[in-house]
Amino acid sequence: MNKKRSRRELLRMGAVAGGSLLAARDGLAAEADARKLGIPLGPYGERSPFETATRWTRVSKTPETGSSFTPIQNSVGALTPSSLHYERHHSGIPAIDPAQHRLIIHGMVHRPLSLSMDDIRRLPSMTRTLVLECGGNSGGEWIAPGAADAQRGYGLVSGSEWTGVPLAALLAEAGVRPGATWVIAEGADACRMMRSIPIAKAMDNSLLAYGQNGEAIRPSQGYPLRLINPGWEGNTNVKWLRSLRLTDQPYMARDETAKYSDLMPDGTARIFTYAMEAKSVITFPSGGQTLPGPGEFELTGLAWSGRGRIDRVEITVDGGARWVAAKLQEPRLPVALTRFRLAWRFDGRESIIGSRAIDETGYTQPTRDALVAVRGTNSIYHYNGIKFWKVRADGAVVNT
Amino acid sequence: MVPSSTRSRPAVAAMAAAIAALVGAAIVFAQSQPGKTFGVGRPPTPEEIRELGAAVAPDGTGLPPGSGTVTAGRELFAAQCARCHGPKGEGDVGPVLVGGRGTLRTPRPLKTVGSFWPYATTLWDYINRAMPFDQPGRLTPPEVYAAVAYVLNLNGIIAADGVMDNTSLPKVRMPNRDGFVADPRPDIKPVAPKP
Repeated sequence: MNKKRSRRELLRMGAVAGGSLLAARDGLAAEADARKLGIPLGPYGERSPFETATRWTRVSKTPETGSSFTPIQNSVGALTPSSLHYERHHSGIPAIDPAQHRLIIHGMVHRPLSLSMDDIRRLPSMTRTLVLECGGNSGGEWIAPGAADAQRGYGLVSGSEWTGVPLAALLAEAGVRPGATWVIAEGADACRMMRSIPIAKAMDNSLLAYGQNGEAIRPSQGYPLRLINPGWEGNTNVKWLRSLRLTDQPYMARDETAKYSDLMPDGTARIFTYAMEAKSVITFPSGGQTLPGPGEFELTGLAWSGRGRIDRVEITVDGGARWVAAKLQEPRLPVALTRFRLAWRFDGRESIIGSRAIDETGYTQPTRDALVAVRGTNSIYHYNGIKFWKVRADGAVVNT
Repeated sequence: MVPSSTRSRPAVAAMAAAIAALVGAAIVFAQSQPGKTFGVGRPPTPEEIRELGAAVAPDGTGLPPGSGTVTAGRELFAAQCARCHGPKGEGDVGPVLVGGRGTLRTPRPLKTVGSFWPYATTLWDYINRAMPFDQPGRLTPPEVYAAVAYVLNLNGIIAADGVMDNTSLPKVRMPNRDGFVADPRPDIKPVAPKP
């Protein structure tokens, strides 16, 4: 480092250090450096190297199965970049050539069909912005509200715009035979993940999606085709969809009996618990973040309901004694992430902050105590209790 | 809503029927639509149907011919399953397969094939489609029947001389067969929250 530095190098160092040493020495008489050109344009965009939010993945002995969590504490707005959408896979992400992929519709239909992706893309399509939440999101909160941060506790939820064909249109194409009451959906992942879907859902609003956020669905989200069941637990939204079998009975798949059923204190388990009920979480300030000191802040977070629009989100900053309505970002779409915001003055005293969502059915997000009183602590799935964070006097945000 | 502890325990088949009844109107509507079709796709080839493989319903629909004994299953399990599930299904990298009876209503429930799974057909379906974890799809139907027989025997559900095939398997009555109830949500009344 003894080598004499160029003036430009020194200037750059000074800029990085935020120092004015060089400027002071050179004074106003310094000759101005020309601005440097930016990098050329290119075929595919990358985010700024200063943006570092990534999914968090729990360490697994079998990395092909597991979950990765969306960094919701870093999100703005109400969409999740596809690259940060949460994942839950059971046997890895298959590599599928869309030219080779086929969807087979069979069983109790008049005209069994084998469809290529080109066939599916010819059909009338639609686009919906929807929340997708894993049935096990925040499952750790059943035992104890111990999530260190919003991502690890609440990050199995993401928001996307999905484009595809209504499943009802394809079922009409195949001609559902009388007596068919279930659709058994199966993926092309190695374990051929399978779920049973009541035909009423398929006829109501299920979507066969090939697009996500303006491009083809990413491989980790089911490329080239996935089932979307608006408002239902993520596992039913079968990725890499390859088979729809019309039947007169549910198939009682492992992932709807042994898993994704909710064990109650009396030893019974609720089965086919599809809907994700209203839920919300404050993402700023949230666990692991630190406020720089007292002053004005915008408190913000995300709310959603599998049963419709978010009608209201209420915020407390005093541990639940008083609740005030947050401002909701419009338009509020049904079954979609809804951004809420509230101006808040942190006065430097410890504050317990929390949010509760009320959806258009009138359902109010319950407290953890109310949930546990009915369902105990062993049901794993469908936790939607009110989440409180403690903002300490020094500005550090931790679990309560 | 009625707390789950006081609910009756309808058989799952009855629940399925109830759901079907609720959706009946929607189905009739869909079926009565003057079928506008687009003429896309073609009938699946026999090869495509064969490639889909088996999917098995609780009544045994979808089970292929073939059979497997507990004895054959013991050998197969040692060779292909024990490395993840332990020699006796006690669990390792893979989940515990045995035990847990009587724990479902305790603070530490152990959900296994024996204590929790309502249908033996699910075991056949899942092993066939997803096991072994790193080589799913490689087992033949007789091997799957044998693996199922052994795991059921480990759980004391079938005898050591048991044979599983597409007639005997759907008749196996799992211990927790009546342990599943319909979704009663919304089930939580709003109360004044506190942290």
